Amino acid sequence: MLIVLIMPIVQIILFGFAITTEVRNAKVAVFDPSCDIETQRIKQRIDASSYFTIAQNLTDYNQINDVFKKGKINIVVVFSKDFANNLLHTGDAAIQIVADGSEPNQASTQVGYLSQIFASYQQELLEQYHVPFRIVPNTKMLYNPQRKDAYNFVPGVMGIIMILICAMMTSIAIVREKELGTMEILLASPIKPIYIIFAKMIPYMVLSLVNLTTILLLSIFVLGVPPGNLFWLVIISILFIFLSLSLGLLISTLVSTQAAAMLSSAMGLLVPTLLLSGIIFPIESMPVILQDISVIVPARWYITAIRKLMIQGVDVQYVLKEFAILSIFAVILMTVSLKKFKIRLM
Amino acid sequence: MRQDVIYTEELTKKFGDFVAVDHLSFNVQEGEIFGFLGANGAGKTTAMRMLCGLSHPTSGKGFVAGFDIFRQSEQVKKNIGYMSQKFSLYEDLKVWENLRFFGGIYGMKSNQIKEKTESLLLKLGFQNERNALVKSLPLGWKQKLAFSLSIFHEPKIVFLDEPTGGVDPVTRRQFWELIYDAADRGITVFVTTHYMDEAEYCDRLSIMVDGKIKALDSPTNLKSQYQAQNMDEVFQQLARKATRKDS
Amino acid sequence: MAIVSVQNLNMHYGNIQALHDVSFDVDEGEIYGIIGPDGAGKTTIFRILTTLILADSGNAIVDHLDVFKDYKKIRSLIGYMPGRFSLYQDLTVEENLKFFATVFNTTINENYYLIEDIYKQIEPFKKRRAGRLSGGMKQKLALSCALIHKPKVLFLDEPTTGVDPVSRREFWEMLKKLKRQGISILVSTPYMDEASLCDRIALIKDGIFMKIDTPDNIIKSYSETLLSVKGDGMHKMLKDLKGCPFVKSAFSFGDSFHVTIEKDSSSDQLNTYLVQQGHENIIIKSIPATIEDSFMLLANNK
Repeated sequence: MLIVLIMPIVQIILFGFAITTEVRNAKVAVFDPSCDIETQRIKQRIDASSYFTIAQNLTDYNQINDVFKKGKINIVVVFSKDFANNLLHTGDAAIQIVADGSEPNQASTQVGYLSQIFASYQQELLEQYHVPFRIVPNTKMLYNPQRKDAYNFVPGVMGIIMILICAMMTSIAIVREKELGTMEILLASPIKPIYIIFAKMIPYMVLSLVNLTTILLLSIFVLGVPPGNLFWLVIISILFIFLSLSLGLLISTLVSTQAAAMLSSAMGLLVPTLLLSGIIFPIESMPVILQDISVIVPARWYITAIRKLMIQGVDVQYVLKEFAILSIFAVILMTVSLKKFKIRLM
Repeated sequence: MRQDVIYTEELTKKFGDFVAVDHLSFNVQEGEIFGFLGANGAGKTTAMRMLCGLSHPTSGKGFVAGFDIFRQSEQVKKNIGYMSQKFSLYEDLKVWENLRFFGGIYGMKSNQIKEKTESLLLKLGFQNERNALVKSLPLGWKQKLAFSLSIFHEPKIVFLDEPTGGVDPVTRRQFWELIYDAADRGITVFVTTHYMDEAEYCDRLSIMVDGKIKALDSPTNLKSQYQAQNMDEVFQQLARKATRKDS
Repeated sequence: MAIVSVQNLNMHYGNIQALHDVSFDVDEGEIYGIIGPDGAGKTTIFRILTTLILADSGNAIVDHLDVFKDYKKIRSLIGYMPGRFSLYQDLTVEENLKFFATVFNTTINENYYLIEDIYKQIEPFKKRRAGRLSGGMKQKLALSCALIHKPKVLFLDEPTTGVDPVSRREFWEMLKKLKRQGISILVSTPYMDEASLCDRIALIKDGIFMKIDTPDNIIKSYSETLLSVKGDGMHKMLKDLKGCPFVKSAFSFGDSFHVTIEKDSSSDQLNTYLVQQGHENIIIKSIPATIEDSFMLLANNK
């Protein structure tokens, strides 16, 4: 009952204040071979803006790929050599923005804001010196040069499908037996309860694998999303499937009607996944408290890993953290659910 | 000459090719206790639903409480009472709340409801239970309450669908005493049951087999017609001949 | 030798005490009936014996195995038909049977002889989905599935509830045949007339076993003088009977009333009284009690 009254309030607060597609505190890495007074000023303005923080200073252009892969940097600004000189003498200086194309929406926004910063600095110079200096950034979208939107939603869709099929459907299937009364007969028979669990999970695991294949095939061949590191992509997906099945099993031990199973899966899994896993709204832009909550949303780690593996095409060592976290989740959930699965009616 | 509270002529219901109710023609008089018997699958429930205005006949005519069940089903519903095996009470409401709710549905005025609530609680001996949640009442009490609710608005006829299933023998009889009371007040009672001894309490009864009425008379007449000691034997003789055996 | 043995079973749900100190034994090869209305505690007993729930206190042994410790072994040697239809509605008759055969590590053919008579009646519908069967057919299917592995004990919880008298009778014929095959059967029912078809019965009300014995003995031990009374004006007669000072109880029983009177009064006195009240064509007979009479007497005396 309270849910019906509180949900709207929570949603308004979340959407109004907390969750936003805006950029906030994006981490910038700078490659500045000039290190002169102009680049200093520009860097100051970037850092001063609420949208950005300068997190790292690169020493080599080739480091860019690496920092993106590590996932700590959102966007890179590259200054040309002799920046100040070029600016004063040719009125034209080269800046390059290298954005992370694996999250095209965010990247575009960040590029936009950075460009604004440059433009307003350009304006400042104009007012000061009355000389039309031009600072026009050249943008490069790494991993996604054509700015395909598909890059955005394919990882998200994969995460959601797994949760839906594995968690929601599995929990409904198990609870249905409870609700209809067939569980009673099964329990009173020599069948080991673990077989009942397997019997419920296996079909959905198979379905999810089929879905995974379909999504990958469509994404790669129809939408043009790069397959990236396919092998590890599949491995981590299987891990996530297993985790979702455990979630489904856990829910089924907690509720006794199909309607409740569906509602719990929707409210408890689907919604947090949609809102907090970074599919739609960037995690970095969330208030700290929500960022902390998103740590326990398993889909967040899966989707982050998928983005890196698929679109950035990284090697597995860059996603070890995600692997570890998902594995721990999976083991804990499966253990708890198995323990809670009742071998009796009450 | 008493009024016909139910009148049907060749009442039929088909589901595709399957004739569930096959040209039923019978009538029930005011103040009668009429038993409507038949094996599972014989068509009883389908027939009752038509008479209650819950389902449209495929063909034939039917009048309940003076209203056409085909064209005036809403009026039919207003003038009948209905109690099913599943009681139709709100388990998480109190006794008096149920009375107020159903009274309101049938268009009773609130002072009328108050009055009748008091007299009903008195009659059933439920004064101390007025604030009890229905789900906390023992089964037999729920049934008596459900029956009383079904006639709360003094309808012309009340339809009872296996009202005494699974209830202990003493409570069953107390229930039938309520039925007798209602009949004495002029309410016609149309009841289906699987308890053959209850069939004997009826003024007249009909037995449906394969969608048709194969027997319709008073229990006494039926027993002599079929040379049976009790209604159970009559029923066995008729039902054994069924071709629509449990399909 | 007792195949089921229950001692001092107690069980409560929330505020309600479902079972009070229940004790009874079922002998091997007998049909044992638990007779009582809804809410009496029958289903609770079944669930405890089939190891599906744990009692608050007390012991229960099935085939020398304890329901708490040896539940796994018990689950392979019992057949269970719960109160409401619990087979797979969207599987066909045939598929349900195959499923349960597999669950019990057997095949349909292995024990087919046991279910043959029952299954023959539903075989024409074997490709129909279980959810589309009529009540009587569902029962037969449920019974077949419970028997498919030749259990030692069959637990049937209200198998005939809501079913018409013809099907009920047929069902009990099937049970008798099973008994001849050596299967012990514990069955519950609210229908008093089915009680006489059991070897022994226990009358239960509100979680208490009022009496355990063979149907015959229970009837013989009926301690009151029972009369059957009928005449003109039955509705009024009931009121008059209840108002009579030496009538102990009067209940409708089909086309007559079953009446018990004080020890020192006679049926002639009753006749006179009824005539005085204006009744005619009075017939009063002395009759033997039925299980239902016994139940009602016990229930009222509680």
